[in-house]
Amino acid sequence: MIDAKRRILLKGSLAAGAVGIAAGAGLLTPRAVLAAWPESAFAAKSVDDALEGLLGTSSHEVSDSIKIKAPDIAENGAVVPVTVESDVDGIDSISVLAAGNQTPLIASFNLGAGALGFVSTRIKMAKTAEVIAVVKAGDKIFSASKEVKVTIGGCGG
Amino acid sequence: MANSIKVRATLKGDVTEVKALMNHPMETGLRKDKETGEVIPAHFIQEVVCKWQDKEVINALWSGGVSKNPYIAFKFTGAAKGDTIQLAWTDNKGESDSAEAEIK
Repeated sequence: MIDAKRRILLKGSLAAGAVGIAAGAGLLTPRAVLAAWPESAFAAKSVDDALEGLLGTSSHEVSDSIKIKAPDIAENGAVVPVTVESDVDGIDSISVLAAGNQTPLIASFNLGAGALGFVSTRIKMAKTAEVIAVVKAGDKIFSASKEVKVTIGGCGG
Repeated sequence: MANSIKVRATLKGDVTEVKALMNHPMETGLRKDKETGEVIPAHFIQEVVCKWQDKEVINALWSGGVSKNPYIAFKFTGAAKGDTIQLAWTDNKGESDSAEAEIK
């Protein structure tokens, strides 16, 4: 009798264990899908750390060949239209950061062959801060920034 | 998540401009539910890829800092009217969607 109960208990705990493993595996898959997504850069809390994680260095040269189109005043920080244009030769990537956000790195656009130095998107901004565009061309890294005043933040809750 | 993408490509001179809108909540994982006070789990697009003739034109890596129902626009050269482009996204839960557009 005692032995029978023990069997049942064992079976039960084995089943629970199997479910646990399955759930664990399920949680891990999405990470494995995107090996290229630089988690450390996107999780970084400062602009320098984000650039370090993304490009391997935080040093960049301010350049006037990068133009940021963004509103001077954004009434709604949840939707701030940002366009970055650059005529630098041989652009590899254009990254967009909002210095005042909890995690400043918002997006990084890797340009393929034939792509022009132009990207446009809409970003969230927690508060009034600089929007920074970082352009990587070969081993050179250029940047430009523009202050956007935010009346209502878009990241809190 | 079918048909979550609206994409349009237009050729002007030799430059193709692609504009796309996606339906996605883009949750950062930092926001709290106002009523329960619980953190809303992160759910955002991590990667957007656009291909033309099997070549990657652009590969965008995103965080939850991109606005809800995201918009993307970019330009590239080399394509002709009538060519098709493919645009696809993948989010942090492994969900994905793709759409095609003919260059006009």
